[in-house]
Amino acid sequence: MAEQHTIRLKVNGVAYEERVEPRTLLSDFLRHHLDLTGTHVGCEHGVCGACTILFDGRAVRSCIMFAVQADGHDLLTVEGLTASESVEPDDLHPLQKAFWDAHGLQCGFCTPGFLMTLVPFLEQNPRPTEPEVREAISGNLCRCTGYEHIVDAVLLAATRMHESATE
Amino acid sequence: MKPAPFEYVAPRSLEDALSLMAEHGDEAKLLAGGQSLVPAMNFRLLQPTILVDLNRLEQLAFVQGAEDGGLRLGALTRQREMELNSLVAQRSPLMHEALPYIAHVQIRNRGTLGGSLAHADPAGELPVLMVALRANLRLRSSAGDRWVNAEDYYQGLFMVDMKPEEILVEVSVPPPPARTGWCFVEFARRQGDYALLGVAAQMTLNADGDCQEARLVYLNAGEKPVVATRAGAELHARPPSAELFEEVAHIAAEQEIQPSGDIHASVPYLRHLAVVLTRKALGTASERALAEMQPQ
Repeated sequence: MAEQHTIRLKVNGVAYEERVEPRTLLSDFLRHHLDLTGTHVGCEHGVCGACTILFDGRAVRSCIMFAVQADGHDLLTVEGLTASESVEPDDLHPLQKAFWDAHGLQCGFCTPGFLMTLVPFLEQNPRPTEPEVREAISGNLCRCTGYEHIVDAVLLAATRMHESATE
Repeated sequence: MKPAPFEYVAPRSLEDALSLMAEHGDEAKLLAGGQSLVPAMNFRLLQPTILVDLNRLEQLAFVQGAEDGGLRLGALTRQREMELNSLVAQRSPLMHEALPYIAHVQIRNRGTLGGSLAHADPAGELPVLMVALRANLRLRSSAGDRWVNAEDYYQGLFMVDMKPEEILVEVSVPPPPARTGWCFVEFARRQGDYALLGVAAQMTLNADGDCQEARLVYLNAGEKPVVATRAGAELHARPPSAELFEEVAHIAAEQEIQPSGDIHASVPYLRHLAVVLTRKALGTASERALAEMQPQ
C-alpha cells in the first residue's frame, strides 16, 4: 500500500483531518470516510455527473479527483445545501423544493449531481432561458425523467428565487 | 473501477517538480486538471508509479497580454477561466468562440490548457486551436527552456514532441493579423460530447478584400490536428465567394482529412459533414474579416 497522506479540508463548513491513500477518489472519500453518502457514484469516469460537488465553489466531478487533492480546500456536497445561510435549517434549498414540486426526479440517483451543478449555475445566471438550462445540465445524465421535469424545476426555482430576492 | 496504487507528490515549486520528473522519467505522470488522466487511471489504462500534482504551482495559472498584442497563457490555467476571461475574448476571438465547446462546465472548471494540449487527444479542441492560431509552447526541463510551435508539437495519436522530464509551462499566442476573420464550429451528437468533427478557421484578407491567407484545422479528422494546407493554398489571392468556399471545402473534405469513422458516423458521412462545416466556417470567417475592414 502506498504511503498515506494527512489531509485537512472543510466539507459543508465542517473541518476534517483524515488519513488517505493517494488513490482514494474524492467521491469515495466523501462516502466512506466522512459518511456523506448523498454524493452518488455512477460511471466513475467523469461522464454521468452524479458525483458532482462544489470544490471551492465550483462544480466538479468528484470521481475524477483524488481525495489528497482536496487538502486545504473547501467543499460543498448535497448535504450542505440546507445548511446554507439563506434558508432555515429544516427547510429544503429552493432548488430542492422546486425539484420536489415540479417532479424533477423519479428514482433520485442523479439528483444530487443535478443540484450541485445547478446551484452555481443559478447564482451566475439567475434568470436562465430554457436552452440555457438544457445546456447547463448537459453534463448530467438522468435515465428516468427524460429531463423535461428537471428543466421545469430549474425554471420554477429561478422564478421563485428571483421573486423572493425582489420582495 | 479504482486506480492502481501510486505514490503522490504535490511539489511547491516548479524546480521540485522538474527534478521529480528528471528522477522518475516514464514512471511518473504529471497531474494537472486530471480530466482525462484520472478516468484513464480508473480504467487502469494508465498505472503510473508516481503522480506529480502540479496544482500547487499557482504561478503556472495566468492570462496575460503580450506586448505584440497576443496572449501569454500559463499551462495550468483552467479552461473555464479562459472562457470567462475578457482579455482572451478581446485578443483571441477564435479561442473565445471555441472554449464553450470543450466538454461541460464541470470539466472546464478543472481541466487546464496545458493538460489538454499535452494529452493530445485528436478530438480535443485546444490542440486544434493552438495549431490554427500558430501558438508556441514553452517546455521546461532541468536543462532549461525550449519553444516548439504547436503544429510541430503534435506528432501522432496521443504523441507529442515532449520528453518525459519536460513540463509544458506556457503558451504564447500571436495576435491575429489585421483584416482577419475567424470561426470555430463542430458537430457533436449531444452538447458537450466529443465532436464527430470540427474545424477552426482563420482568414486574412488583403487590402483589396481578396483572401491573403486562410488556415483550416480539423479535429477528430486524423491522428492529430489536421491542417488543410491544399485547401488553404487554393483560397490564396482569390476573392471570397460561396462558390470558392464550396470548392475549397471539397478539397479539404475529400483529399486532406482522414476521418476513421465509427458506429455513429461512417467515413462518407464525416466527409460530407466536413464540407458543411468548412463552408460554414469560411463563410463566417470571411464575413467577420470584411466587417474588420469597415471604417469604424
